[in-house]
Amino acid sequence: MGAQLRVYRQKIKSAQTTKKITKAMELIAASRIQKAQARVAASTPYSRAITRAVSAVASHSNIAHFLTAEPDQIDRAAVVIVTSDRGLAGAFNSQVLREAEQLTTLLRSEGKEIAYYLVGRKAVGYFQFRRRVAARQWVGNSENPEFELAKEISDALLADFTRDFTDGGVDEIHIVSNRFVSMMTQTPEVVRLLPLEVVEATEATSTSTEVYPLYEFEPDPASVLDALLPAYIESRIFNALLQSAAAKHAATQKAMKSASDNADNLITDYTRLANNARQAEITQQISEIVGGADALVSAK
Amino acid sequence: MATLAVSVVSADREVWSGEASLVVARTVEGEIGIMPGHEPMLAILAAGEVRLTLPGGKKIEASAEDGFLSVQSNQVQIVASRAALA
Repeated sequence: MGAQLRVYRQKIKSAQTTKKITKAMELIAASRIQKAQARVAASTPYSRAITRAVSAVASHSNIAHFLTAEPDQIDRAAVVIVTSDRGLAGAFNSQVLREAEQLTTLLRSEGKEIAYYLVGRKAVGYFQFRRRVAARQWVGNSENPEFELAKEISDALLADFTRDFTDGGVDEIHIVSNRFVSMMTQTPEVVRLLPLEVVEATEATSTSTEVYPLYEFEPDPASVLDALLPAYIESRIFNALLQSAAAKHAATQKAMKSASDNADNLITDYTRLANNARQAEITQQISEIVGGADALVSAK
Repeated sequence: MATLAVSVVSADREVWSGEASLVVARTVEGEIGIMPGHEPMLAILAAGEVRLTLPGGKKIEASAEDGFLSVQSNQVQIVASRAALA
């Protein structure tokens, strides 16, 4: 076999092996999207119930709460970046990090310091490589986030939020994460988590048909709000984690599909070249034989 | 007789939903029983059991931790970060 032909055959083989792997990853991601989406859907009743309750308290009573009060001056902002633990998901992580960098530039231009809270190994790696410091980081289990993780994150955030700027506390909290729009689209999204903008939320709902009745609060509106707001933050963070997990699977599926398609193209191209090389080899062998025979005949 | 539309919701799923004629829950101020026609209410739950009596007289118990109870026009929502049927 000619050297050229052997090289092509090797390349075909390698593309085929790669394709097997990417195809398997595509199928795995596809099957996990369903599950991840089901988890997003399953957590919706909880977040809806909490949002309704928060709006009810906020619209019913005029209590000032430290979670909703806009501080006079914002010195330090917390940015929570939600990425995945693993790559091979196309632009999934880089688009979130890019969005976070844009937010950083914006906040810096407003004269705010920034504290980073990283979720997922990819964000941690990105920061380590650039030797940047993060306030807190959480890695592991980004594909299947548990509520405990959301609770841990929100507890850490709330603890820093309640502290003063001089003690290393933060005055506002932003969360940057991927949102699952459809199988084909996942968009990075920036949401300001704290201070809560409850007023806008209630105005938005009061325009709809829903009217909030006069509630009786037990023990009293202030303590109900005290208990509700952290739960609301937890559910928002949990929702962001679940959305990000679903988006990650969708992004992986898309990336792996295009990788498989590319492998297919490579295999076709190299097969053509290999056929060409084989044909050239045969032609050469025939002409050598014919030439040899001719030489024998003329030698007689 | 009117019934209550009850849903027991935990952070990651809806644990139970259906009709009930009586809901007994423990709030931070003590036990409270809710029957159809109860006034709108929001209460913080103390850790403990929630007992539901179905229209047929059957009883269901659920445990709820770290949550709240909301009642509004015969709809009862028991929302807790951790909730499970006992």
